[in-house]
Amino acid sequence: MSIGHTLLGLLESGPRHGYDLKRTFDERFGHDRPLAYGQVYSTMARLLKSGLVEVDGIEPGGGPERKRYAITDAGITDVATWLAQPEKPEPYLQTTLYTKVVLALLTGRSAADLLDSQRAEHLRLMRELTRRKRDGDLADQLICDHALFHLEADLRWLELTAARLDQLAAEVTR
Amino acid sequence: MTAATEPLLLATAVRKAYGPTAALDGADLTIRAGEVVAVMGPSGSGKSTLLHCLAGIVRPDSGEIQYRGRELSAMSDGERSALRRSDFGFVFQFGQLVPELTCLENVAMPLRLSGTKRRPAERQAAEWLERLEVADISGKRPGEISGGQGQRVAVARALVGDPRVVFADEPTGALDSFNGERVMRLLTDAANDTGAAVVLVTHEARVAAYSDREIVVRDGKSRDTERVS
Ligand SMILES: Nc1ncnc2c1ncn2[C@@H]1O[C@H](COP(=O)(O)OP(=O)(O)OP(=O)(O)O)[C@@H](O)[C@H]1O
Ligand SMILES: [Mg+2]
Repeated sequence: MSIGHTLLGLLESGPRHGYDLKRTFDERFGHDRPLAYGQVYSTMARLLKSGLVEVDGIEPGGGPERKRYAITDAGITDVATWLAQPEKPEPYLQTTLYTKVVLALLTGRSAADLLDSQRAEHLRLMRELTRRKRDGDLADQLICDHALFHLEADLRWLELTAARLDQLAAEVTR
Repeated sequence: MTAATEPLLLATAVRKAYGPTAALDGADLTIRAGEVVAVMGPSGSGKSTLLHCLAGIVRPDSGEIQYRGRELSAMSDGERSALRRSDFGFVFQFGQLVPELTCLENVAMPLRLSGTKRRPAERQAAEWLERLEVADISGKRPGEISGGQGQRVAVARALVGDPRVVFADEPTGALDSFNGERVMRLLTDAANDTGAAVVLVTHEARVAAYSDREIVVRDGKSRDTERVS
């Protein structure tokens, strides 16, 4: 999952200090793997260098944790591009998809559109595997079937999430 | 617009309500000759209603459905049922074979209804049963065969009249995944050979993967990936 994009997305709702970013990230997406402070600051340094964020203010006392970061127009465009770009279908990408859905809801973008384009991307790969299966020998068929069943499971998750978007939106934006 | 890309079926802003329930609430779609299109979406979203409207079985409250440039609602009931016999084939989830007839007679029935004599009709029916790998059960009645065999007989019956469009509503819904995929493969291979378009309603992604593209129906509205509005 892209930590840079996730932190950028969190900044879209307003400027935040580094420690605030880490806390919010951990609460929403950290689960059992909280971010290290060092990771936050190295990511912010990279985003500053590429002009996606700027320093919005520094509290007296110094030190990186005192900096307040704000997203730039280029940063907003970058978040939009990342959210609009479907992920390459692969097993176990649920955490990335979940993060994208939540961020889309938090930033007022269409999570339904995001789910729809992801579904289209999954189906595209499933069609390709189905074609390969039709033309292949038994080994091809079994390998393709394995991938197809996993992709189908992803798609079911996309469906269920689409059906519960209103509920999720209410919880996320509460 | 060239003949090859001309739409076979064109639906615009189709609405259909059952009492207070809006089953279709503005559905748009385009089906072209020879393509296999999956209609997907959650239960109750309006997929079957859309299929029935496209096939001229259900009359929409408003909106347009054109088949080869002709407005379905402008036809008489007789013209519409003649069109269904001559140009359309149907496969449903189950319960579509006549229990009193043998499998061979079931497959021959669409030809008989459009006036073909019994001998040639049954000869063609036998060829289709052979093609769908169920020639061995041609003398049995639907109650004596398995679900998977029954669906292959149903596919043979849908294709025997050389339709331009096959409408299939959950054709594999009652089958396990292995038999479901066999039916899908036989159906899409046969449609490809004859050049028939297939409108395939399914909520199963692995079944939809046999299509060329998908249309998603949600709350009675359809999103056609072909139509970028
Ligand atoms: N003949 C009917 N009379 C009354 N209501 C109907 C009728 N047919 C459909 N409906 C209603 O219209 C809506 C759409 O139904 P439809 O059968 O088209 O859904 P579907 O997408 O095919 O669902 P499923 O996946 O469960 O088959 C539902 O709310 C359904 O209850
Ligand atoms: Mg239905």
